[in-house]
Amino acid sequence: MSDIKDIIKEENLVYKKTKVLTDNVMHYCPGCSHGVVHKLIAEVIEEMGIQEKTIGISPVGCSVLAYNYLDIDWQEAAHGRAPALATAVNRLYPEKYVFTYQGDGDLASIGTAEIIHACNRGENIVVFFINNAIYGMTGGQMAPTTLPGMPTSTSPYGRDVKTTGQPLVITELIAQLPGTNYVTRQAVHTPAAVRKCKKAIRKAFENIGQKKGTSFIEVVATCNSGWKLNPVKSNEWMVENMFPVYKPGDLKDE
Amino acid sequence: MAKVKGAIKVDVEKCKGCGLCVVACPSKVIDLAREVNGKGYNYAYMANPDACIGCANCAIVCPDSVIEVYKVKAEMA
Amino acid sequence: MAEYKLMKGNEVIAEAAIRCGCDAYFGYPITPQSEILETLTLRQPWLETGMVVLQAESEVAAINMVYGGAACGKKVMTSSSSPGISLKQEGITYLAGAELPCLVVNVVRGGPGLGTIQPAQSDYFQAVKGGGHGDYKLIVLAPASVQEMNDFVDLGFELSFKYRNPAMILSDGVIGQMMEKVKLSPVKPRWTDEEVIKLNGSWATTGKTADRPRNVATSLELDSARQEQFNHKLQAKYKEIQEKEVRFEKIACDDAEYLFVAYGSSSRICQKAIDLAREKGIKVGLLRPITLFPYPTKAIQEMAEKVKGILTVEMSAGQMVEDVRLAVNGKVKVEHFGRFGGMIPSPNEVVKALEDLIIKG
Repeated sequence: MSDIKDIIKEENLVYKKTKVLTDNVMHYCPGCSHGVVHKLIAEVIEEMGIQEKTIGISPVGCSVLAYNYLDIDWQEAAHGRAPALATAVNRLYPEKYVFTYQGDGDLASIGTAEIIHACNRGENIVVFFINNAIYGMTGGQMAPTTLPGMPTSTSPYGRDVKTTGQPLVITELIAQLPGTNYVTRQAVHTPAAVRKCKKAIRKAFENIGQKKGTSFIEVVATCNSGWKLNPVKSNEWMVENMFPVYKPGDLKDE
Repeated sequence: MAKVKGAIKVDVEKCKGCGLCVVACPSKVIDLAREVNGKGYNYAYMANPDACIGCANCAIVCPDSVIEVYKVKAEMA
Repeated sequence: MAEYKLMKGNEVIAEAAIRCGCDAYFGYPITPQSEILETLTLRQPWLETGMVVLQAESEVAAINMVYGGAACGKKVMTSSSSPGISLKQEGITYLAGAELPCLVVNVVRGGPGLGTIQPAQSDYFQAVKGGGHGDYKLIVLAPASVQEMNDFVDLGFELSFKYRNPAMILSDGVIGQMMEKVKLSPVKPRWTDEEVIKLNGSWATTGKTADRPRNVATSLELDSARQEQFNHKLQAKYKEIQEKEVRFEKIACDDAEYLFVAYGSSSRICQKAIDLAREKGIKVGLLRPITLFPYPTKAIQEMAEKVKGILTVEMSAGQMVEDVRLAVNGKVKVEHFGRFGGMIPSPNEVVKALEDLIIKG
């Protein structure tokens, strides 16, 4: 039997943190899906060799500080407005790889106008839509994506769909817009899901190079602090409760 | 006959002890330590190192990218 | 060879933007400034200079597009009128907080609310005192002619890049809609991407190369001590602007016993009022602030030493008068005369107000 010391050697290294991720410790809660998606984006940027050409845009939400973690140029946007910023960057630097990274409160509530119109114009960008059915940063309030009956800090008795509407399944709306070319719903709760999500991210970035219009990747995600479950239980809860409403898979691939 | 043998190196101080690697591991190699790191987290460690096959599943699901994975093809004793 | 044309104030904003090498305009229709976007879409500058022109889905989106473009280190602008400028305040404070240069044109109409589509100067407070949240200032230029609408586009960009601060042209429906002869600016090419990196590469998101740390356009700082430090830096910048960039014009001030202070279209009315008053033997002059921030406080203080009284004339219920009073600090009487809600004062009314409020009052 080999000793661990004999295995842990540079020549045997098969997986390590990509250089496109900085060494900063992420502020996200333990087990948060953001970290995994950040890593996948960073890995794809490294593998495609596009670090110098990529501009990320993160608006208000937990991921507002994403610029601390990916070693690329960033713009921090007002709540919901990232697609407007991305529109300008895309128009002014058409050869760059521009992406937005938005949460569900951001994209599906305050930023509905900006995302719908950017997608409708077919801006040549990638949109990451991290949907954990809650406002994470502000402390777990109800989002448009909150599930029926789901308790949050502003729906303490569970979301009442009679007064607050049904969950807004915005990705299905986005898929109907002719400006979008690739619309998919992914998750990062298992190694297999992570690998699949990474393929989707790679494809979306490649679409930019091919000037295909808007690629839209929803990642159904957890917010274990907001959901008041541990990270492992959160993933289980997500599969059981989120997936029936937010069904993983490709919605559009042209 | 060659057997694949793996090992992981956890950046203990950056690990938040979320436990996602523990359930992602197909060989039940990883557990959370009883000790805590500087931030008070029960960090991940190889509780059963002999079982590691270097599949990298743990590192792939790790939100904080604190796991490095090593792999060798070792001859059976 | 200088090129002269008879043009509307709004049209000349569009023409000047193309000529000064503006990279992008993002706008949304609103009266009385829609001609800016209309002229640009008719002129199709993207064929000529590569300038981007885009009609956004809202004023909010337009100003955030400006943020995105400004963060790229490019010359970007937007325009609107009062209600639309209110919507843009979110983006403007973010631009100021991220220290991004851009040009915002406000062709002011009467308010509050939807108000009227007729000219007014009732957005002075909004323009010079903030408008959005937080301690910030815009560089505010107040044109009084179609020629200045032309000239201030280039000047606005120049100042905004010099100080990495949003600049605003505070015009109004009169200047925007009227036609005058204008000497067009010479054509300047747009910056190439290499020039943008050379000029603005220390802060602009041009793509992170191996030779520099990543550039981040942000107005976020969660550490209060650092946020306070950043605010000190902003204040120091505003102080420098106040020291170096004040612009104003004095008309008939040498022998003046009384003074009008007025900007934009009101200053033109005051010029006629000076003629009428002097026919009556009233020696009155005009101080016209050209920059509203930085405000010509010192120049007004100096005039306050010489004159018996000051009348501010504004198409508002009295906004700039507060800054005149602050400058004068009780030295002489300062009164306000205004018409508002879309009404424009006549020169005769102004002279009468001078007589009633200052000379007799």
